[in-house]
Amino acid sequence: MGVEGIGAKVLRKEDRRFITGRGRYVDDMSVPGMKYAAFVRSPHAHAKINGIDTSAAEAMPGVIGILNGQQLQGDGIGNLICGWAVNSKDGTPMKMGAWPALASQTVRYVGQAVAIVVADTQAKARDAAEAVVIDYEELPVVTKAVEALKDGAPQLHPEAPGNLIFDWELGDKAATDEAFSKAAHVTKLHIHNNRLVPNPMEPRAALGLYDPAEDHYTCWTTSQNPHVARLVMSAFYNVAPEHKLRVIAPDVGGGFGSKIYIYPEEIVCLWASKRTGVPVKWTSDRTEAFLTDAHGRDHETDVELALDADNRILGLKVETTANLGAYMSLFSSSVPTYLYATLLSGQYDIPAIHANVKAVYTNTVPVDAYRGAGRPEATYVIERTMETAARELGISPAEFRRKNFIRSFPHQTPVIMNYDAGDFEACLNAGMEAADVSGFEGRRAEAKSRGKLRGLGMSCYIEACGIAPSKAVGSLGAGVGLWESAEVRVNPVGTIEILTGSHSHGQGHETTFAQLVAERFGLPVDNVQVIHGDTDKVQFGMGTYGSRSGAVGMSAIHKALDKVEAKAKKIAAHVLEADEGDIVIENGEVKVAGTDKKLGWHEVCLGAYTGHNLPDGMEPGLKEGAFYDPTNFTFPAGCYICEVEVDPETGTTEIIQFVAADDFGRVINPMIVEGQVHGGLAQGIGQAILESTHYDDSGQLTTASYMDYAMPRAWDLPNFKVSTTETLCPGNPLGMKGCGEAGAIGSPPAVINAITDAIGNNDLTMPATPEKVWKALNAVR
Amino acid sequence: MTDVTITVNGREMKGSVEDRTLLVQFLRENLGLTGTHVGCDTSQCGACVVHVDGKAVKSCTMLAVQASGSSVTTIEGLANGQELHPVQAAFREHHGLQCGYCTPGMIMTAVDMIERHGSSLDEETVREELDGNICRCTGYHNIVKAILAAAGASQAPAMAAE
Repeated sequence: MGVEGIGAKVLRKEDRRFITGRGRYVDDMSVPGMKYAAFVRSPHAHAKINGIDTSAAEAMPGVIGILNGQQLQGDGIGNLICGWAVNSKDGTPMKMGAWPALASQTVRYVGQAVAIVVADTQAKARDAAEAVVIDYEELPVVTKAVEALKDGAPQLHPEAPGNLIFDWELGDKAATDEAFSKAAHVTKLHIHNNRLVPNPMEPRAALGLYDPAEDHYTCWTTSQNPHVARLVMSAFYNVAPEHKLRVIAPDVGGGFGSKIYIYPEEIVCLWASKRTGVPVKWTSDRTEAFLTDAHGRDHETDVELALDADNRILGLKVETTANLGAYMSLFSSSVPTYLYATLLSGQYDIPAIHANVKAVYTNTVPVDAYRGAGRPEATYVIERTMETAARELGISPAEFRRKNFIRSFPHQTPVIMNYDAGDFEACLNAGMEAADVSGFEGRRAEAKSRGKLRGLGMSCYIEACGIAPSKAVGSLGAGVGLWESAEVRVNPVGTIEILTGSHSHGQGHETTFAQLVAERFGLPVDNVQVIHGDTDKVQFGMGTYGSRSGAVGMSAIHKALDKVEAKAKKIAAHVLEADEGDIVIENGEVKVAGTDKKLGWHEVCLGAYTGHNLPDGMEPGLKEGAFYDPTNFTFPAGCYICEVEVDPETGTTEIIQFVAADDFGRVINPMIVEGQVHGGLAQGIGQAILESTHYDDSGQLTTASYMDYAMPRAWDLPNFKVSTTETLCPGNPLGMKGCGEAGAIGSPPAVINAITDAIGNNDLTMPATPEKVWKALNAVR
Repeated sequence: MTDVTITVNGREMKGSVEDRTLLVQFLRENLGLTGTHVGCDTSQCGACVVHVDGKAVKSCTMLAVQASGSSVTTIEGLANGQELHPVQAAFREHHGLQCGYCTPGMIMTAVDMIERHGSSLDEETVREELDGNICRCTGYHNIVKAILAAAGASQAPAMAAE
């Protein structure tokens, strides 16, 4: 590798603007004549709208316009969509209830948008929004999925009798039943996977601008995938024709999945800009974010694991109820199905698996992908069950896992996935060594002498990312392909612009993507500009989620660089009168191997643009594009080991040590990869011990601010010991697997396994707050 | 409307604001200093931290009229021209930021923390005093590392081992 090439710790190019306050986020934008929006939101979890009276609000100072759902529908704006079709096991399609961007007849969760107020200032817009009088007729409410399935439960959508969206299965039920009939031991567990609120630190925002002179629309939005936003807003919501709509996602302050979706607010701001004749900006406040950003997780699961007399796994049965909230968000259907049940084999050779998933409507915020999306839920199910089985059998959890590891690749699981490469034992060994597992009993005894309960828990996760092979996901119901695009523009002076369909909202693409150029041509990363997030500049692309920007996005750049390199070599061979096969490009020079004949990189580039001396028939210029469609998912895997101390008097858990040993395939920038793991771990540990999303019986979200929802703070977390092992992914040219979600996927079961080990009671749900831990401890003391 | 005069990053700035205008709104909307961010409504997240008369203050918790007559430093005023403040440089060097949204507040809090504790700053104190600054990206690991490095403090053994 060069000093700035693949594998180098290159400091981030994008940092300077962020550390000097020059980042440009959506709320930082202003355009001439811009006005401010506030949304009128439902205070009820379920109600009929009998009337909307805006007369008092319209008379307030500074108010420009107030628009409602009837006007929206009258203008032909379409309902929100779910882009992944999942069928029930009886073959019937999923049951989608209509979700208008502004509700005009029924509201189904607290916070649902009913009207928009546009005014001179944000404060005036909010004042007027409070003066809009809506006549609501309250309806009965249900917030828990299991309750929503019961007879007599309040019904949300006429399209979905019994609130059931789909009843789906994966795997061979007969073979699994057969495996269980031969079991020497069966471990059973009920698992609750707590609902989470993603909470990127930048709240969502949208700025809609309609230009009547050009009949053209611009939308600045906090999006992880601006091209998809443009496509969906034009093709499905009819806000603007695609060629007349520019979507810009500038600096975006974190996403974690919650900024994949196209929400009502950006649709309504664009539409309102045309209706009112002024640019309209809306910025979410934090409580609005809690009430409207798509939530994550919220599963109830019964799991059974069958083992033979030699402690080898025979089969796995999983029954899950997934709460999808009041409406089907953009990719909500894929999360508890194809991103969840397909990972239930974990790192283990399991001959038979059957999973059944019921997806359910409730009067809560829609649930969709949040960091990990389905894979944390699967990992939590399998890794808590493995640990529990080992404890029931009185055997070492590590050795029990080791015994059942998949050891040869490719490996076809019974649940669709075909694992292409991995070395699970290498991760386990690296993790155990870093965590000094052999010294644990000594540390436990020492803690006991201080009156503390020490516990150790592990989790051996595998996930599927590099999302995703288009043909495969198409056959599973996806409404889009999941390839990525890149364009490499070489300027006449030899500097390079990379235009990518990926979007960076903290991942450091401006640096890592430039490292590919440094590796390829020996150019400094400072000579490379990475351009993303603007549909007027960048060719169509699919955006960033599912840890895909490396394995898919960088593979597209790699392919485009192949083409640039080939053309540059042809030009150099022609000028230097050498054979094309003898040309090498290194350190910014284009040389004939084994001779002193060479050209500067910039000379070749300039030659491409002057066109004075090109091979006959060659087009001038040096600009190449590529689309890359992966052939398989990628499979990052690792071993996480958590050590905790519980104070038996208070139930307080302290994370003493957290070890992460991951296999991400090839690592481009180890500094950035470690940072991604740290952040994922913090979110996973947050889920395990802190973050609780609570609805009361009337459907009010009682944890809708940072006063009530326990975000992980510096004090809650330890230093992390992270390391990587490497098996290259055979499915993409760079051998990359992806690192963005692993920390959040692998860590929750490690933490809970550690706490349950410390207190000697396996009956503990997330988040393991001091109160719950104290109660669980005292239940067995 | 009330007239306010605030010295911001060394320059005297005047404005006329509604009494309810927060200092952060004055900085962002009136002066266009958008480096100071708003991440919550409850003075919890610290994305809006600036220095008022030399002390770290959450600018979402102070009215612009309260700050009239004060001297305010924002993230935009921290570097000396092209030369980064040592805390800014340490955040970059130690990868103490990802999406960058909490970063201005983190840096302003860290500068204040280091000014108060100097090189005696230790990891426990840093973590405790970051209680009012929330980051969702980094897990704080590298933020703590950056602050300790900027303070010139010897790092905890667990961190030095990495």
